[in-house]
Amino acid sequence: MKRRPATFRKLTNRLVVGLSGGAALLGLFFLGWILMGVILRGISALSPDFFTKLPTPPGVPGGGLVNAIVGTLLITLAAVLLGVPLGILGGIYLSEFGEHSRVAATVRFAANVLMGTPSIIVGVFIYAIIVFPTGHFSGYAGAVSLAVIMLPVVVRTTEDMLRLVPNTLRESALALGAPRWKVTFQVVFRAAKSGLLTGVLLAVARVSGETAPLLFTALNSPYWVKSLSGPTANLTVTIFNYAMSPYRDWQRQAWGASLLIMVGVLLATLLGRRVLKEKKRK
Amino acid sequence: MSPVIKPLYFDSADKRGFRNEVSIEKPGNRPGNEEPRHGDQAKDSLAPKISVRHLDFFYGDFQALKDNTLDIYDKKVTAIIGPSGCGKSTHIRVYNRIYDLYREQRASGEIRMDGENILSPGYDLIELRRRVGMIFQKPTPFPMSIKDNVTYGLKMHYKMSRSKMMERVEWALKQAALWDEVKEDLDRPATALSGGQQQRLCIARAIAVEPEILLMDEPTSAIDPIATSKIEDLVVNLKDRFTIVIVTHNMQQAARISDFTAFFYRGVIVEYGETEKIFTKPAKKQTEEYITGRFG
Amino acid sequence: MEIVFPSNPHPAGTPSGVPAPPLENTSPSKVRRKDGDSLFRLVTLGSALVIPLLIAGLFVSLTDMSMPSIRHFGLKFILSSAWNPVKHDFGALSSIYGTLISTLIAMVIAVPLSLAIALFQVELIPPRLGRFIGSSIELLAAIPSIIYGMWGLFVFAPFMADHVQPFLADITGTLPFFQGPPMGIGLLTAGLILALMILPFITSVASDVFRMVPVQLKESAYGMGSTTFEVARKVTLRYGIDGIVGAAFLGLGRALGETMAVTFVIGNSHKISTSLFTGANSIASTLANEFTEASDPLYLSSLVELGLILLVITIGVQILSQLWLKRMRGKSGRGL
Repeated sequence: MKRRPATFRKLTNRLVVGLSGGAALLGLFFLGWILMGVILRGISALSPDFFTKLPTPPGVPGGGLVNAIVGTLLITLAAVLLGVPLGILGGIYLSEFGEHSRVAATVRFAANVLMGTPSIIVGVFIYAIIVFPTGHFSGYAGAVSLAVIMLPVVVRTTEDMLRLVPNTLRESALALGAPRWKVTFQVVFRAAKSGLLTGVLLAVARVSGETAPLLFTALNSPYWVKSLSGPTANLTVTIFNYAMSPYRDWQRQAWGASLLIMVGVLLATLLGRRVLKEKKRK
Repeated sequence: MSPVIKPLYFDSADKRGFRNEVSIEKPGNRPGNEEPRHGDQAKDSLAPKISVRHLDFFYGDFQALKDNTLDIYDKKVTAIIGPSGCGKSTHIRVYNRIYDLYREQRASGEIRMDGENILSPGYDLIELRRRVGMIFQKPTPFPMSIKDNVTYGLKMHYKMSRSKMMERVEWALKQAALWDEVKEDLDRPATALSGGQQQRLCIARAIAVEPEILLMDEPTSAIDPIATSKIEDLVVNLKDRFTIVIVTHNMQQAARISDFTAFFYRGVIVEYGETEKIFTKPAKKQTEEYITGRFG
Repeated sequence: MEIVFPSNPHPAGTPSGVPAPPLENTSPSKVRRKDGDSLFRLVTLGSALVIPLLIAGLFVSLTDMSMPSIRHFGLKFILSSAWNPVKHDFGALSSIYGTLISTLIAMVIAVPLSLAIALFQVELIPPRLGRFIGSSIELLAAIPSIIYGMWGLFVFAPFMADHVQPFLADITGTLPFFQGPPMGIGLLTAGLILALMILPFITSVASDVFRMVPVQLKESAYGMGSTTFEVARKVTLRYGIDGIVGAAFLGLGRALGETMAVTFVIGNSHKISTSLFTGANSIASTLANEFTEASDPLYLSSLVELGLILLVITIGVQILSQLWLKRMRGKSGRGL
């Protein structure tokens, strides 16, 4: 029997190992490129004015984005107030009552599908059911669209986190004569507290960088945020508008806003992932 | 002051009756409410607290308990023994209907507690579980302070002043022989206690609401020998006040602390009677083989 | 086993002698026959049902709003590449084309790259380093898409125009895909940025799949003298192929609906061209650019119909990938 020489096989192996290492380096390189690109261009825009002043009219240098910062915070807060309680209640159903239920299986399936639905479609949907009938854009409509995007994420993480709580804990609270709702809110929630908070944090991180669903719901505004019932200034749509504008100064501010959003979202995501990993290890 | 217990059944005459009762060869023979034959002699002085009649239990399609019939006597310790998977835990989990948590589990038959059938659909589960406390295999302290653990059930079922509440916390922790170890740090998280302490805390939590019956599902299987002996002492001391049903895989433990013993095998009650009798003169060959360690 | 019966194992204990503080004095809180649990169940069920209702609502409302366009254009809408707001003539073809081509470019680049990265981090380097690379790559997924847009338009597109596109045009000669002035923006740039955006999703699922290959299987292959690559190709990849297909589906769904990053760099032209250097548009980018400007009802309705087409495509992909993953879980019992 003639032996096949191993030289070729060894060479191929070296080549493939090298290429896959190169792929990994390429990925890291792009990550670094994006992070550095945004940081370098954004840092110069982050002056005290950026955080304290209102936008200037087109072409007039100076001004800041304080209205957009406040608007983004308010819209996100409203989205949290709407999406988180609803999502947590839905997650409770899946984890506490959804063991062998068809309804729960359908909801899980639907949640995964909704998570994969493009956020711009959610924007169109909210336009159709809120903006169009009411006749005007509003921060509330923006908040609702963010809540819709958040909802399936919160539902699924709530379910996962509640499932990590051992059944014996539920049983022993029930055995003391507690009704299910007390068992859930007083005992199971306490045991799952850090996980639930993390889930909410990750969901907030995810929606606070969203632009597409706000484009035709909250729209944007150069004015101070008086209420969420009209077009509301927000950072991400501002980035889009300013970046597409021909004015240098606006583009610079768009970079500043990008840096702000990116750092916020990445920090929240890193923090959330850290807690989740620790929880999984336990 | 060893307990005065009349033997449940005598050798010759009643054995026949007993054998009839537990036989599974007659599944069709199910007259509604007849008294179990064993224990005829003892009935006069022993009050049945729980009367189980023809209890069947299913996990989905799998039948885990078959035609269980027995009486649990008031203010006595009843041990349930048998090889793992024989349905002993399943059996006591019907007494407080904790299995209700799972949709695929169901029970049929009759369990009378002070005359009322707890398996009937409209039965008030919350009141049932106030009357029937349960201790689980693994300690299950709630993620809150020691004090809040003990008051959890109390607050749910009773309205009382803070001072009264603290009195009861102290009493329950003393009953559970835990007071001296934790009285300084009642506000510390319960999860910081040792395994044995956690289990005694769970006992304190259960008896704080003064249940009539205490179910214990292998309460010592997850804790060390010293903690185990503390809990065994506790069980013997608590029976003046509570009716106790304890599932154990440790036959020594059953022999040490119980007044009555039921031997389960494959979901069937093979033999049930006075503990001393079961362990010294078992009526069934299966029981004898199990307690002498030949199988199980 | 011998059982010893002590005559009196536990002499009367003290604790039981202590009388309990009476409970009789305390009034049991009014036992409510209704414990609130049926309400609890109902409320949570209602909240859970919001999700399927939303999906139904998406379809109903988008269909409703696109009715004028559907009636006006009929099936021709999908086949026409016209897009003329002035003449009220609209067709989806150029948007569908741009969406599919940019996604195709993204998939062609991201799938092999992701597999290579996953393989590298799971099989070829020490686990600690692998985890570091893994979580760094995952960070790419956390960057908001508007950031990709900014970076793409101001950093990456000029780089493409100056270096990559002239180079590609040179080496491919008369190939129709790389013709025209190197402007930086266009289908190719959009596809590359999409590739970068879906890379972390596919990498993450693929490395999970690779980690689940039984060690014995790999060891026995190594034991026969296989090289690392041979083990990866013949054992790991083959074992995990189902999971990898599922991962690719997930990436596909993302790429199809990605909006902001594409809108910044695709060029926003409604012409169909074979060259990947020229400007194009995708469904999502057209919506983002034109939705608020559409004053005319038919224009708005046509845009919503575009959205409906995108919804149908992405939900179709989602459902396929869900079913695929479910089938896979059922088949192998592996959790994913």
